[in-house]
Amino acid sequence: MALKTIAGVELKVSEDGYLDDMSQWNEEIAKEIAKEIGIELTPKHFEVLNHLREKTAAKEGLTIRSVGKSGIIDVKGLYVLFPKGPLKFSSKIAGIPKPTSCI
Amino acid sequence: MKNLLILGAGTAGTMMANHLRSKLHLNKWNITIVDQFKTHYYQPGFLFLPFDTYTENQVKKVGKKFIPKGVNYIQKKIEKILSEENKVELEDETLDYDLLIIATGSKIAPEETEGLIGPLWKKDIFDFYTYEGSLALRNKLRDWEGGKLLVHITEMPIKCPVAPLEFAFLADSYFRDKGMRDKVDITYVTPLTGAFTKPTCSTALAYLLKEKDIHMESDFAIEHVDNDKKEIVDFEDRRIPFDLLVTIPTNMGDEVIEKSGLGDDLNFVPTDHNTLQSKAQENIFVIGDATNVPASKAGSVAHFQAETLTDNILLYIDGYPLKKEFDGHANCFIETGNNKALLIDFNYVTEPVHGNFPFAKIGPLKLLKESLFNHWGKLAFRWIYWNMLLKGIAIPFVSRNMSFKGKVFDIKPEKK
Repeated sequence: MALKTIAGVELKVSEDGYLDDMSQWNEEIAKEIAKEIGIELTPKHFEVLNHLREKTAAKEGLTIRSVGKSGIIDVKGLYVLFPKGPLKFSSKIAGIPKPTSCI
Repeated sequence: MKNLLILGAGTAGTMMANHLRSKLHLNKWNITIVDQFKTHYYQPGFLFLPFDTYTENQVKKVGKKFIPKGVNYIQKKIEKILSEENKVELEDETLDYDLLIIATGSKIAPEETEGLIGPLWKKDIFDFYTYEGSLALRNKLRDWEGGKLLVHITEMPIKCPVAPLEFAFLADSYFRDKGMRDKVDITYVTPLTGAFTKPTCSTALAYLLKEKDIHMESDFAIEHVDNDKKEIVDFEDRRIPFDLLVTIPTNMGDEVIEKSGLGDDLNFVPTDHNTLQSKAQENIFVIGDATNVPASKAGSVAHFQAETLTDNILLYIDGYPLKKEFDGHANCFIETGNNKALLIDFNYVTEPVHGNFPFAKIGPLKLLKESLFNHWGKLAFRWIYWNMLLKGIAIPFVSRNMSFKGKVFDIKPEKK
């Protein structure tokens, strides 16, 4: 764990920059993380981000497939919003943990 | 008489039949277990079958042998669970239940990926998550002359998430032993950020891929297989060519879960993470690969869950509150090739750690570190599986919840 100041707030983040506590997230933080990745957030991005946060809060696993079936966006569209690794970047911007396996 | 019905006589269902028959009064509770298949497979053996380490007979036995006396075993197809009416429809009869345990597992769904079941399926494209797939792959490898081998994960979650990586490690050893490693290029393709996604593991284990000359393609979410060009293609038209594709297709719960309206979009049953009660009905419990809990889909997890679930079923029957006990504990050997293996121990919240297992200071098994002893442990596990695990006999000194004794939590890069 490391400390990082994002949008004027000092936050605990993992070694690769994912927020430790999803409740500290806000839209300004999202915008700044997205900027670092090279993504400018639109309302459609936020629709996806909020969906990811709701699912995570409900302790449901996230997959590219499940986001693609959410009715918010299809998989191709998800790639357009978050190119080169949609789930890892969208999770980072949404302030939720990185998708991982068991090792 | 009341009826307790178990659906599925795989690892989890068989263990529950054994646990519960000895604990529920014979005059009060009938126990019935249903499975459509005659054969019980030792699924961890599917990893070894392709490399001729195990023979066919070492990985399969007649399932009924492991069901205890006093449990009614029905070998029939399950058609539908009528959860509102406490009934289960089989192919030609309907069973009533007072208490239901769903242990229908997970299986591969290659039809979910376009082009996977095409002209190259079982010719140049194989799975090793089924007995038939693993055997077909063995026959292919026996006289394969080399080329570009991809070990590929379609999407998470999958049964035994480390098996693909173990396959890549064992393939490296296999081709070295055959004197043809220079003719084989091994690439590991994952939808995740890498082979190791937890900081402790990427720190401690990244050397393995380098040492074994295994290449990596990460963040690859497959969209289809191009059978003409022999390439896998992702949603951004990134293409990876192959001569031999060993793929782990999408894993899904049984279709009976979908037909019964009890599953999520992968047919896994929404289940309380700590009590293992279904979210749908109080008298339905779920165990093993069939649940949607964020633990590994692995035999060791089913084993730890079975101990908690047995207690909870007894509590439920007597009208007491359930124990919120299951912590996602998993304990898995990871084959790394050259007759060595790693051992990992973790749960929902704690990443795999260093240390000794099961005894602090003594071990003899070492966590997160390669050793010959761990490999022997993995091989011995086949005996333990058939003779202890399925019968519900506790593994000595290994507790259902993760123990923190003898473990090191401040992992730093190790000097080799």
